[in-house]
Amino acid sequence: MAEIATPPKGTGPLQRSETRLAWGLLAPTVFSVALVVVLPLLAIFWISFKPVQLADLRPPAAIINESLRGSPDAPGDTARIEYRLRNSSMNKRITGVTLTDRIPEGLTINELDPRCTLSGQELKCDFGDLEGGYRERLRIPVTVGASFLQADVEIDESEPRITGESDNILTNFEFTFANFARVFDAGEFWGVLGVTVFYTVFGTIGALVFGLFSAMLLNTSFRGRGVLRGLYLFPYVAPVIAAAFTWVTLFDPFSGSANALLQQMGLTEDPINFFGERPLALIMVTVFEIWRYFPLSFLFILARMQSIDTDMYEAADMDGASPFQKFWYLSLPQLLGILSVLFLLRFIWTFNKFDDIFLLTGGNAGTRTLTVNVYEQAFAISNIGAGAAVAVVIFCCLLSFSIFFLKYMSREEGL
Amino acid sequence: MKHFRYGYVAGPLLAAFWCFVIAVTFAIGLSFATGEAYRPSSISSIVCGGLIGAALVRFSALHAVSGAALAAFAIAIFAGLGPVVLGADVSRWQAIPIGAVLAAAVAYPSARILDEISWRQLTRHEFEHAVNRFLMGFGHIFFAAIVLIPFYLMVMTSLKSQQDLLANPLDFSLDLGKGLGLFRSYAELFADFNFGTYLWTSFFVSIVTVGVTLLFSVPGAYAVARMRFKGQQALSRSILLIYMVPMIVLALPIYIAFSVTGLRNSIFGIILIYPVTTIPVALYILQGYFRGLPVEVEEAGLMDGLSRIAVILRITLPLSLPALASVSLYVFMIAWNEFLLVFMLLDDPSKFTLTRGVMMLNSSEIPRQHLMAGAVIATVPVMALFLGLERFMTKGLTAGSVKG
Repeated sequence: MAEIATPPKGTGPLQRSETRLAWGLLAPTVFSVALVVVLPLLAIFWISFKPVQLADLRPPAAIINESLRGSPDAPGDTARIEYRLRNSSMNKRITGVTLTDRIPEGLTINELDPRCTLSGQELKCDFGDLEGGYRERLRIPVTVGASFLQADVEIDESEPRITGESDNILTNFEFTFANFARVFDAGEFWGVLGVTVFYTVFGTIGALVFGLFSAMLLNTSFRGRGVLRGLYLFPYVAPVIAAAFTWVTLFDPFSGSANALLQQMGLTEDPINFFGERPLALIMVTVFEIWRYFPLSFLFILARMQSIDTDMYEAADMDGASPFQKFWYLSLPQLLGILSVLFLLRFIWTFNKFDDIFLLTGGNAGTRTLTVNVYEQAFAISNIGAGAAVAVVIFCCLLSFSIFFLKYMSREEGL
Repeated sequence: MKHFRYGYVAGPLLAAFWCFVIAVTFAIGLSFATGEAYRPSSISSIVCGGLIGAALVRFSALHAVSGAALAAFAIAIFAGLGPVVLGADVSRWQAIPIGAVLAAAVAYPSARILDEISWRQLTRHEFEHAVNRFLMGFGHIFFAAIVLIPFYLMVMTSLKSQQDLLANPLDFSLDLGKGLGLFRSYAELFADFNFGTYLWTSFFVSIVTVGVTLLFSVPGAYAVARMRFKGQQALSRSILLIYMVPMIVLALPIYIAFSVTGLRNSIFGIILIYPVTTIPVALYILQGYFRGLPVEVEEAGLMDGLSRIAVILRITLPLSLPALASVSLYVFMIAWNEFLLVFMLLDDPSKFTLTRGVMMLNSSEIPRQHLMAGAVIATVPVMALFLGLERFMTKGLTAGSVKG
C-alpha cells in the first residue's frame, strides 16, 4: 500500500532557522532600543513616584584627601600623614566607611589611630558610619627614612581608596504621590494644557494649509520649479537652533528688523515685544512652528498630487468643471488620505515639540507647553520627580493618540 | 460670489489687490536692501491698482496702460502720494526708477491675471481662472519672502558690526570697502571660540552616527521586511510607536543615567545615544524600500546557493544604494541638527558640538553678529549637502520622516 503523503505540521527546521536568523539580525537593534527607549520609559514611571531633587543625583559619598604635613629634609625627621575625610552630603548618613592606602617605602609609622590597622605597608582604617556633614582630620605621625627622601615620591601617589554605602533615593523603596499632586494641583497645569492644545492644533492645521497652498503653486511645471522646491525646504532642513535664533534676532524689541520695519511703516508706535507678551508670544511660537514644518506637508502633498491621474481632470474639463470645482471635487478628495495621515502624525509630533519653544521663549510669556514643563520642573525648579510626573502625563496622552492612530493607520495604508 | 462676477468689479479689484501686494513687497525689499525708509500706502495702491485694472479690462491696450501707469506712478511717488511712499531723507528723484519698475510690476502681471476678463458679466471659468492666477502670483511672492527673508537676515547680520546693527536695524547693505573685514565675526569665532573644533566634533559625531545607524538598521530592516517569523507584525508596529516617544521624556532618565555613570560631558556618551534615536527612523525607511525590491532576484540567489547574509550583501544592498544614500543623508541631518541631548549632556566647552557651541553664543555678553555667524556656520554644511544631493534628500524626507 502506498503511503498517503501528509503535509508537514508545525514549524519545520527551515522555518526555525529562518526565525533564528531574523532575530539574530534584529538583536542589536532590539537590544539598543530597549536600552535607550524602554528602560528610560520604565525609569520615568519609577522616578515620577519618588521625591527626587536634582541634587540627589549625586549620591552621598565619603571623600578623602591625603597629604604629607611637616617638611622633612633629612632622614630621621618626623612628619605626619594627614587624611581629610568628609561626608559629601549634609544630611544623609553613609554606613560602613573603610579606608585602605599604601604607605610609601621609607616612612615608618610612629603611632596608629585605634581604628586603623597596619599590615606591611598596607594601612586599613574602619570609620564605621558617617553622619551627614561629618568631617575629620586623621593624622598619623611618621618618621621619614632615607629611602623615601631619595625616591622623591609624592605621598598621594598611591590613591587612598574609600568605601561606604549610603541610601540612594533613586533605588530605595520610598514612594510618594507628591509629584503628581504638585503637577495637577498647581493652577498652572490647566493653563499649560491649554497652551499645548492651542499650539498643537493651530500649528498642525497651519502647517497643513500652508503646505497645501505651496504644493499647489509647484504642481504646474515651469522653469525653476526644482530650485523653488529646494528653497521651500530650507526652513525644515536648517538646524532649529539657527532658525530659532534668527527669528529671535529678527523680532527683537530693541534691535530687531521687524520692529524697525513696522515702526517705519507707521503700523506701530512703540516696539512690540513679539516673544515676550501674552498672548502674542504664543501666536508667534505657533507661527514659527507653521513656518518650520510647512515644507514637510508640502513635500508629501506635492508627491501625492503628482501621482493623481490626469485623465480625471481631462474628463472633468470635458464636463465643464471650473478650476475651483476641480479642486474641491477632485483634488481634495484625492488628497484627503495623505492629509489625514499628515494631520495625525504632525499632531503627535507637534505635541512632542520641545526645542522650538525652548529656544524662542524658554517657556515664558504664556508659552509653556507640557514638554517645556518637563524641563522647567526638572531643571529650572530642580525637582526631577515633578518633571518625571509631567513626562508620564505626556506619555499617557501619547499612548491614547497612538491607539487611535494605529487603528486609523491600519485602514489608511498611506505611509 | 455672484456680484463679483462682472468684469468691471473683478478686474479693478484683482488689480488693486495685486498693486497692494507689489507695493508692500517693494517697500519691504527696498527697506531691507538700502536701510532707508519706504512704506506702502494702502489707499493709494488700491486706487492706482483699481484704475490700472479698469483700464486694462476696458481698453485691453497693455502698452498704453503701462506707459500711462509709469508716468502716473512716477509723479505720484514724487508727490508722496504713490503706492510706495518715500521717507523724508530719501531722494525725491528715486521716484522715477521706482515708479517705472513698480508700474511694470503692477501692469504686466495684472494683464496676465486679467487676460480673459472682459468688461461684462463673466463666466465662472473666466472669473475663477483670474482669481487662480492672482493667488498663484501672490503665493510665489509670499512663500519666497517668508523663506528667504530669515536666511538673508541671518547671513547679512553676521557680516555687520554691532554699531551698524544698533544704528539702523533695517540696513542690510554691505560695505564692500571692508573687504575681508566683513568676515570678522567668523574669524573671531574660529580663533577665540573654538569653532574649528566644534565643526570637526559635529562632523565626527554625525558620521559615526550614520555608520552605526546603518550597521544596525540594515540587517534589522531586512529581517522585518523579508523574513517570516513570529512577532514580525508586532515588531514593525512597535517601530512606529517608538518613533513617537518624545525625546524630552527620554532625555530626563538618560540625563540621570549619564550623571550616575559619568558618561555626561563625553563625546562617547553622545555617540552612544545618537544612533539609537535614529535607528527606528532608518529601519522604518529601509524596510519600506526593501519590501519594494523584487523578491525573485533574492530567491534566485538563494537557489544558487548563497546564504541569507550573502544575499543581503551581494544582492539587496547594491540594489538599495539610493535608499541607503537617502537614509544616510537624513540621519546625518538629524545628528547634525540635534540640540536637546547635547544641550543637556554637554557642559564642557572643549567637547561641544556645533549646535551646542551656537547655543553658548546666545548670551547677552556676546554680540548678535557672532550668534548669527555661528548659525550660518551650522547651517551651511547641511544646506550644501542638501542642495548637492537634493534628489536623495527629498526621497529620504518623504520616505519616513514625518518626524520633526
